Amino acid sequence: MKYRHLAAVLGAACGTLAALPALAGPTLDAVKARGEIVCGVNTGVAGFSAPDSRGEWKGIDVDVCRAAAAALFGDAKKVKYVGLTAAQRFTALQSGEIDVLSRNTTGTLSRDTSLGLNFIAPNFYDGQGFIVAKKLGVKSAKELNGATVCVQQGTTTELNLADYGRANKISFKPVVIEKVEETVATFFSGRCDAFTSDTSQLAATRATAATNADDYVILPEVISKEPLGPMVRHGDDQWFDLVKWSLMAMLEAEEYGITTANVDDMLKSNDPNVKRILGVTEGMGKALGVSEKWAYNIVKQVGNYGESFDRNVGANSPLKLERGLNALWTKGGLMYGWPIR
Amino acid sequence: MAAHPAQTGATAGRPIPKASRAVFWNDPRVRGIFYQILAVALIGGAVWWLASNTIENLNSRNIATGFHFLGREAGFDIGENLIDYSPADSYFKALLVGVLNTLRVAVIGIILATIIGTIIGIARLSKNWLVAKLASIYVEVVRNIPLILQLFFWYSLITEFLPGPRDALHPMAGVFLSNRGLKFPLPAHEFAYDLAMVLFALGLIAAVALGHWAKKRQDATGRHFPTAWVNLGLIVGLPIAGWLLAGAPLTFNAPVLQGFNFVGGASLSPEFSALLLGLVIYTAGFIAEIVRSGIQAVGKGQTEASLALGLSKGQTLRLIVMPQALRVIVPPMTSQYLNITKNSSLAVAIGFPDIVSVANTTLNQTGQAIEGIAIIMAVFLTISLSIATFMNWYNKHIALVER
Repeated sequence: MKYRHLAAVLGAACGTLAALPALAGPTLDAVKARGEIVCGVNTGVAGFSAPDSRGEWKGIDVDVCRAAAAALFGDAKKVKYVGLTAAQRFTALQSGEIDVLSRNTTGTLSRDTSLGLNFIAPNFYDGQGFIVAKKLGVKSAKELNGATVCVQQGTTTELNLADYGRANKISFKPVVIEKVEETVATFFSGRCDAFTSDTSQLAATRATAATNADDYVILPEVISKEPLGPMVRHGDDQWFDLVKWSLMAMLEAEEYGITTANVDDMLKSNDPNVKRILGVTEGMGKALGVSEKWAYNIVKQVGNYGESFDRNVGANSPLKLERGLNALWTKGGLMYGWPIR
Repeated sequence: MAAHPAQTGATAGRPIPKASRAVFWNDPRVRGIFYQILAVALIGGAVWWLASNTIENLNSRNIATGFHFLGREAGFDIGENLIDYSPADSYFKALLVGVLNTLRVAVIGIILATIIGTIIGIARLSKNWLVAKLASIYVEVVRNIPLILQLFFWYSLITEFLPGPRDALHPMAGVFLSNRGLKFPLPAHEFAYDLAMVLFALGLIAAVALGHWAKKRQDATGRHFPTAWVNLGLIVGLPIAGWLLAGAPLTFNAPVLQGFNFVGGASLSPEFSALLLGLVIYTAGFIAEIVRSGIQAVGKGQTEASLALGLSKGQTLRLIVMPQALRVIVPPMTSQYLNITKNSSLAVAIGFPDIVSVANTTLNQTGQAIEGIAIIMAVFLTISLSIATFMNWYNKHIALVER
C-alpha cells in the first residue's frame, strides 16, 4: 500500500510539472489581476529615480510607471518599485520579475533584438560626458590620455568609453563598479580622475553627491547618443501599447497645454484634440482596454511631460537641467507626441 | 515512469508465509537499487524539465542563446590585465583576463592567509598573556564582521586617505604610494635577471630531488644530511651567483609621474590591494583557529615522550607534533582555501575586474545571462575542484599509514 501511495504522489507530481505553462500569461492581464505594476527603476539617480526623504520614489523615470498606473487603475500610487543595478536590469525584465523597466536605459539595436526586449519610446534624450575635478585643470575630454575613469558596470557607457578611446587614440584606465552609489563615492574619493556617464546623471551627481558642486566641471564633449526610455518584454503588445501611450499622453498634454492645475477646466474645452485626449470624446480608452478617463488621470495625478521634467530634473529641481533636446518639437526639441486619435 | 516497478511490486503482492522473508522487495539490496534509480530519474527529470522549459521560454521571447558571442569583439576595456588585452579583443579573451585576475588574487591570498593564520594560531597558544590575548581579539573581531564590510573598509581607507598621484607619498627611491595604488620599480629586462630566474627554477628542482635522496639515505643508513642549508644555498645562492657572474647590473624600470598617472614599473592597484587585504585578514582569522585546534589535538604525552627520547624542541615540533597536527588541520584548511577563492567574487563591489565582474559586463552587453552565469559557475567549479583535488591528495599523503 505504501508503494502505491508513493506512486500516486509521484504521478501527480509529474502531472503538475508537465501542466505548468511554459510562458506566463500576457503581462497586462497579470498586472490587472495583481492590482499593481512592478516597475524596475534605478537604485538612486536623483531626478530620474530615487526615494525621497519619506521613502517615496520620485523622478522622471518613476513618472512613466506612475502614468501607466494612472491609466490602468486610475491611481498613480499602484506601483511597486524595484531598485535595480545596471547589471541586473535586463535579467529582471526578461525573467518577469518586473513588468516594465524604466531605468534611464539606452535603446540600442542589440537590446531591442537579442535581449528579447522592446524599447518603447525615449522619455529623455541624453548623451555621455565626463566630469572632472576643477583643480585638474582639464578643459576637454581629449586631454584625458592616461586618466583613470570611474564607470558603472553593464552600461553602454562602458562601451562608449572604450570606443571613444580607440577612435581618439586616448588610453583610459577604467575602474568598473557595480553600484552607481559606490561608483560615485569612489570618484569623489579621488580614486579616479574622471567619472563618465550620461550628462544628466553627471549633473545629478554633481548637484546631490558632491560636497561642493563648484569644485567639479562637466567637460563639453558629448561622446554618444543616449535615447533613454522604458522597455518591456517581446510578445507583450497590449502592455507595450499601454506604457507607450501613457508616455505619449504626457507629451500630447504638454503640447495642448493641459496641466494638473487646469485639467478639470480643460474637460470643457472645444478643441477636438483635447476632447479626445481627456476622453470627453470616447473611444481612445476602449482601444487601449482601459477607462476613458485614462489620460485625464495621468495629467491629474502625474502631470504632463513638461511638468514632470521641471519638477524632477528641470528648473524646479536641484539639477536645473535645460530642456535642450527634451523640449517639445514645437520648441526646437525632439519630444514629439504621437497623435491620440 | 520510474515509479512503475514499485507499482507492480505492490500489486503483485499476495499473502506471504511468515517464515519466508526473502521476497525480493524486502531485500535491502533490491530496495537500495530501486531507490537509487528513483532518485536518478527524479533528478534527471527535474533537470530536463528546467532545461527544456528555459530553452522554450528563451526561444519564444527571441532571446539569443548559445556561446557564439564568445568570438565577438568585446568592446569594453579592463583596468587590470596580466595578459595583453584591448577592447578589440574577443569576449573569450576578456573572460580569460577575468579568470587570471581571480586566480592571481586567490593564489596570493591563499599563501598569505596560510602564513598569517598559522602565526596567529600559534600566537593564541603562546604563554605570553599579551600575545595570546591580542591573537584572540584579532580572531574574534575579523571572524565576526561580514567580509563585504571589511572590503569596503579597506577600499575606502585606501582611496580616501591616500593622496592623489601628484602628491604621492614617496617613502624611498622609486616607490610611490597614492590613491592610484602602490608603484614600485621592477628590474629592467636584462640577461642577468633572466639567468637568475632560470637558475632559481633549476635550484628549486635540485632542492626537491636532494630532499628525496636525503630521505632515502636516512631511511637506509640512518645518516642525517643537512638538507635545509644545502637547499637554501641552491635556491637563493645559485641565482645570486648567476647574477654576479653576469656583471651584477642594477638597472631598474622605475615609475615616473606622467600626466595623470605613473608610467613604468610595477603597481598594485587599490582594488587589488583592498581585495587581497580583506580576503587575507578575514580568512587568516579562520585559519588561526584551525591551526590552534590542530596543535591542541596532539596529546601532551607525545611531546613529553619525544623530549624524553632525546629529540630537540625543534625536532619535536617538526617530526612529532606537526605531522599529527596536519592530519587535523588539512581537511578544514581545504574549505578555507575554497572560501578564499569563492569570496574573491565580492571583487565586483569594489571594482576589481575578476571573472564575476567581467562576466557581469559580458552578460549585460550580450544579454545572455544564463550563459554568463554558467561560465562563472564553471570557472569557480573548476578552480574549486582543482584545489580540493590537490588538498585531498596532500591529505592522503600525510594521513596515518597503518602498518
